[in-house]
Amino acid sequence: MPTLNLLQAVNDALRLEMRRDSNVVVLGEDVGKFGGVFRATAGLYEEFGPDRVIDTPLAEGGIIGTAIGMALYGLKPVPEIQFSDFIYPAFDQIVSELSKMRYRSGGQYTAPVVIRTPYGGGIKGGLYHSQSPEALFIHQAGLKVVSPSNPYDAKGLLLSCLRQNDPVLFFEPKRVYRAAKGEVPEGDYEVPLGKCAVLREGTDVTVITYGAMVHEASIAVDQLAEAGTSCELIDLRTLWPLDIEGITASAHKTGRVVIVHEAPRTCGFGAEISALLQERCFTSLCAPIRRVTGFDTPFPYTLDEEYLPLAPRIRRGIEETVSYEA
Amino acid sequence: MATTKLDDETLLGMYRLMALLRRFEEKAGQAYGQKKIQGFCHLYIGQEAVAVGAQYALRPDDYMMTGYRDHAHPIARGADPGMIMAELFGRYGGYSKGRGGSMHLIDVEHHFYGGYGIVGGQIPLAAGMAFASKYRGEDRVAICFFGDAAANQGSFHETFNMAAKWKLPVIYVCENNRYGMGTDIARVSGEPEIYKRASAYRMRGEAVDGMDVLKMYDVVKDCADWCRAGKGPVLLEANTYRYRGHSMSDAATYRTKEEVEEERSKNDPIAKLREVLFKKKIATEASLEKLQEEINKACDDAVAFADQSPEPPMEELYGDILVEEGEPDAHPRERVLGAKDVKWPTYPKGDELKVTWDLEPRTESGGNVSALPRKGAA
Repeated sequence: MPTLNLLQAVNDALRLEMRRDSNVVVLGEDVGKFGGVFRATAGLYEEFGPDRVIDTPLAEGGIIGTAIGMALYGLKPVPEIQFSDFIYPAFDQIVSELSKMRYRSGGQYTAPVVIRTPYGGGIKGGLYHSQSPEALFIHQAGLKVVSPSNPYDAKGLLLSCLRQNDPVLFFEPKRVYRAAKGEVPEGDYEVPLGKCAVLREGTDVTVITYGAMVHEASIAVDQLAEAGTSCELIDLRTLWPLDIEGITASAHKTGRVVIVHEAPRTCGFGAEISALLQERCFTSLCAPIRRVTGFDTPFPYTLDEEYLPLAPRIRRGIEETVSYEA
Repeated sequence: MATTKLDDETLLGMYRLMALLRRFEEKAGQAYGQKKIQGFCHLYIGQEAVAVGAQYALRPDDYMMTGYRDHAHPIARGADPGMIMAELFGRYGGYSKGRGGSMHLIDVEHHFYGGYGIVGGQIPLAAGMAFASKYRGEDRVAICFFGDAAANQGSFHETFNMAAKWKLPVIYVCENNRYGMGTDIARVSGEPEIYKRASAYRMRGEAVDGMDVLKMYDVVKDCADWCRAGKGPVLLEANTYRYRGHSMSDAATYRTKEEVEEERSKNDPIAKLREVLFKKKIATEASLEKLQEEINKACDDAVAFADQSPEPPMEELYGDILVEEGEPDAHPRERVLGAKDVKWPTYPKGDELKVTWDLEPRTESGGNVSALPRKGAA
């Protein structure tokens, strides 16, 4: 099995599905001749040509709007928003038109657009190249929201997204685009949407995270394992629809939960997970559910390592949760 | 009136359709007064020539979408007036099972891909459909209606740039009824003659009398040929007039009663076509009266259908939002487009696969914040 990084896995999934299904087209700023600012679409223009790998003008609303129209006509468009920070000009199209197509047509029609976009901090990107806006899209009914943490999941999840009929926001953790490496099967396979992965089984505490923070959480969890704390580490993979059964089962088992994400804390996805778990696991819980997250600030340029919930802060959060006594 | 040589049956059909749209809207207005329709309701009365002229100029398999003043367009395409009325009433028998209401009608079977409640929201969608038509090597044209106010939205300009560069087969029809809700379009536009904006994108742009169904027919026919010949998109500005308010709750203080009366008495599209029918001896007062009775009956039937249609059941609240893993999906696209469903093998689960993380090691101080911000600190 070849070893790929996360970017190569994304590229592999796109190439495979474009060979399989002529309705799949890729569009966005610099995705064609240039191969994408992160090279996620490298080589696709050469193989599939300008009709299927489309260099668009710099106009996010137009990119997503035309992609919705393409999907209405039966294509499977995969628009790339170059950085998730640039998605806001297209926010209206995503929220007002894309997310509502199945509902507003009473199930007559859907618009299966898969929007790929790199997100997250840790590359010294500052205000406009570091944000994690996933919660905004989870808040909006009618969208699936996916974020892989590793190459195997990236390819398998993207293929799953391309083979179902709902619109998807596919958030790619750009900090580990090249850093995350792993074995990826050649050819076709799928990772099911809506199912979390239990990366470490444990009994003392459940750590729930996704995207680039899976890496940081796994460092913290492994360090704590050496110190004798047994952590169950869960990678959500699909943020919405949430695998509520998966995380509920773990929370019942351990009675203690730490949620980790890069996005700001207030109204971040951790807030919703916390509420859902306390509604379902109240009597099983032995400690307050803890959130280890980014702060309620614009993304800082200089203090980005401090802003991100890296392993030391995650470890501290887990330790305090585990040692909590009512 | 334009000079097109249309046969008697077509002319009569156009008249029938315009009269149907008007009567339908009158009944909708009535139902609104009876609180059978609630919320927002925007009537098309006065603008019938625009939708009807375009509909007759297009093929049934061309794609159409419009803004929120959208009752007329799907009916023109062939949608069932009863199901449209039921949707306005919020009933389960409506096209969207009562989920959408007045501003969000959609009838895929007749290739009407929706009215859109966000002004200008549909403009890029039509370009995408036109792209797909071209991509698949088909010769369907997309036609997209929007109001004059939408021409000042960013989507208008973003889309025209793309549609023109990619030479997409899409006809944009700006239904200029002079007022964006209560604001005269000339008061808020740098270029109030909207068709002229096409030149900025090297697109064909022209104005047409939107109160004349035959002129609408001629120009849309020509534009459809133009699009099918691969010459790129078109912007038509159909100058028209709505007799009623912007919505049902519009006191219309921004225009005079005389202005409305003048348009209604001198420019009415239905009255104009009636004269043609008389002159060509296609119809008589008596025959049109009989036709009107049939139309009235059809609209009464539509209201009756809507009245009898049940309210959407509470169990349906969460329906048609997302299809989750393992749930059946109606595959609506496949139903319409006839695509195949391929089953592909699934590899063994990959949770055990080893992942390495090639990141520079972090110092212990990294992420170990001691001085926490005031708000939202972890």
